[in-house]
Amino acid sequence: MRELLLCPPDYYGIEYEINPWMSVARGAETAIVQEQWKQLHATLSKFCKVHLITPQPRLPDMVFTANAGLTVGRKFIPSNFRHKERAGEQPFFAKWMEQHGYQVGWLPEKLYFEGEGDALFSNDVLFCGYKFRSDIQSHRTIADMLSCLTISVELVDPRFYHLDTCFCPLPDGGAFWFPNAFDEYGQRAIREHVTDLIDVAPEEAMHFSCNAVVIDRDIVLPEGAPQLVTKLEERGYRCHELPMSEFIKAGGACKCLTMFMPQRQAM
Amino acid sequence: MFSETIELRGHIIDSLILPKVLDQILTHGGNFKITEVQIGRKRADQSFARIEVSAETGEALDELILRLRQQGAEVLERANADVAPAPADGVFPPEFYVTTNQQTFVRFDGKEIEVTPAIINSAIAVDRKKGDARAVKFFDVKKGDEIVVGHQGIRVVPVQRATTHTDPFQFINNIVDAEEPKSAIIREIAEELRRAHSAGGKIAVVGGPAIVRTGAGGHLVRLIEGGCIDQLFAGNAFAAYDVERALFGTSLGLSPDVAIARGGHENHLRAINTIREVGGIAAAVREKILTSGIMHACVQHDVDIVLIGAIGDEGPLPGVTTDVIECEKILRDKLRDVTHVMLLATLRYSLALGAFLANNVKTVCVDIDPPAVERAVERQPLQSIGLVTDVEPFLRELDDCLSGSKVSQ
Repeated sequence: MRELLLCPPDYYGIEYEINPWMSVARGAETAIVQEQWKQLHATLSKFCKVHLITPQPRLPDMVFTANAGLTVGRKFIPSNFRHKERAGEQPFFAKWMEQHGYQVGWLPEKLYFEGEGDALFSNDVLFCGYKFRSDIQSHRTIADMLSCLTISVELVDPRFYHLDTCFCPLPDGGAFWFPNAFDEYGQRAIREHVTDLIDVAPEEAMHFSCNAVVIDRDIVLPEGAPQLVTKLEERGYRCHELPMSEFIKAGGACKCLTMFMPQRQAM
Repeated sequence: MFSETIELRGHIIDSLILPKVLDQILTHGGNFKITEVQIGRKRADQSFARIEVSAETGEALDELILRLRQQGAEVLERANADVAPAPADGVFPPEFYVTTNQQTFVRFDGKEIEVTPAIINSAIAVDRKKGDARAVKFFDVKKGDEIVVGHQGIRVVPVQRATTHTDPFQFINNIVDAEEPKSAIIREIAEELRRAHSAGGKIAVVGGPAIVRTGAGGHLVRLIEGGCIDQLFAGNAFAAYDVERALFGTSLGLSPDVAIARGGHENHLRAINTIREVGGIAAAVREKILTSGIMHACVQHDVDIVLIGAIGDEGPLPGVTTDVIECEKILRDKLRDVTHVMLLATLRYSLALGAFLANNVKTVCVDIDPPAVERAVERQPLQSIGLVTDVEPFLRELDDCLSGSKVSQ
């Protein structure tokens, strides 16, 4: 059974603005936040073993555990957050992973890298996004640490600032994605390495439809993407659509709220 | 041209980062040269590329490098040049850097300064306050001057073979032998001179006495009158023969027109004496004593004349510089902005002047002696054409090509 790390949204809120989705003036509704997160937790718990990390005050985005780091086998590479508002999350995640038996491999401090948010495996190829949050320089260090082929793709739309907001690999080697979030070289690189690509329509991409958690044939994704759901169901996937409105206000949804432990077995 | 070396590492082939970086360099007006590339053999192996990136201005390069850094490019730090003080007037410090005639840059405080002029067999004196680097000869240097030592922080930019057009100066076989046809290449040279002049180039002739003695002077006069020549370098003998021919119809007693000329050898000395008496060539023209010939044409058409002395010169004529150090200073100064030089029938002055030519100066060397042509041409690779021929047919053909089409519009 796959294992996941989640963080309860006890301190979650829009307290600063570090992406185009965030507006301090448009805060999240606490009661709805709790309800939406619990629904996600309950859905994922059906297919996975879910671990919880204790949330910390003044770290409202700690709920987005995908950005804690990248886990491969028993190795955990903690993130180096670009924004100081999130940098405080790093020691809590690193300590928790270490306490749970993971070997922590640190990146050099000067290299920005935001974990699974910008690093997703498709089979044995690690796709890494760069520019808004992660630096491309971090990718080759990660490739060295994991001994795997790393395809760096440039993100060009600030609304899709992490790779997991516009690209979601599927276990059969395909993926669904929002191509306009990538520059032409990134699009070409993805097309060359991913066989069956499902394009997500712009209006559905804006509902964070690519920010989905894929557990074998089950896909947990935000509601609001009927066209995508149809295409996925045609391919034999079971889609679980969840309301994510309060987290989308902070630029995150199902996948951002989840980190795989591990995302992939050791290479 | 400003340049930096960048390095790319990682899965730069699969991620298309290498083509992206090269495309970005070109689309932002820069240029590149890949100096090293290592492609990973296994799937997880990373690749490596070292690329020299250049741009027209320092600002354009900085902007380009900033973009490339976002793609993971790391800029290779270059070391600054080392300097040492000159221990005495006219003496360079040990290990001083010896220049070539290639475009050269020295690096100080992370910035490159171009060395001027680009002349061979000099040292480099730097004035860091002024941001200035000069190629200096022994006679230029004063005790305490800062001179570049060693090879660190020096970048030499050789002339590249042109890729945008066919340049007759860049033919691989750039010497036309005595038995080969020359008309076509002379037409190409004429076209190049015409093009150069209209683009603001400066054309110099270095002439040997054979031009006058073979009776080719008239062709050179027409080229001067046509505005094709900006500067004339020659020895005392060249000027003296030309004046003798203008005054007496002979040069060193011989006439190209009659088998036995009147007056013989003494005409040569009488001609020199006439010019000495009147005070100089320009004065002789002004007073209508000298009314024809190459010197006359130069004075009439404001072509700058530089006359260089040598042992055994008769006279010399007024205006001939006999101090060799002074000669070097004049040559360096006068050749600074010359773009094209025709070295005509004079090995001695061709080699002397060659030492002051930057590598981008185009040269045409004409001499009847093959080794003389070879020696002159080898100094300017990719920038010179040599023709093994008597100078008279060369000038006649060039005159035919250019006369009637005044080039200095």
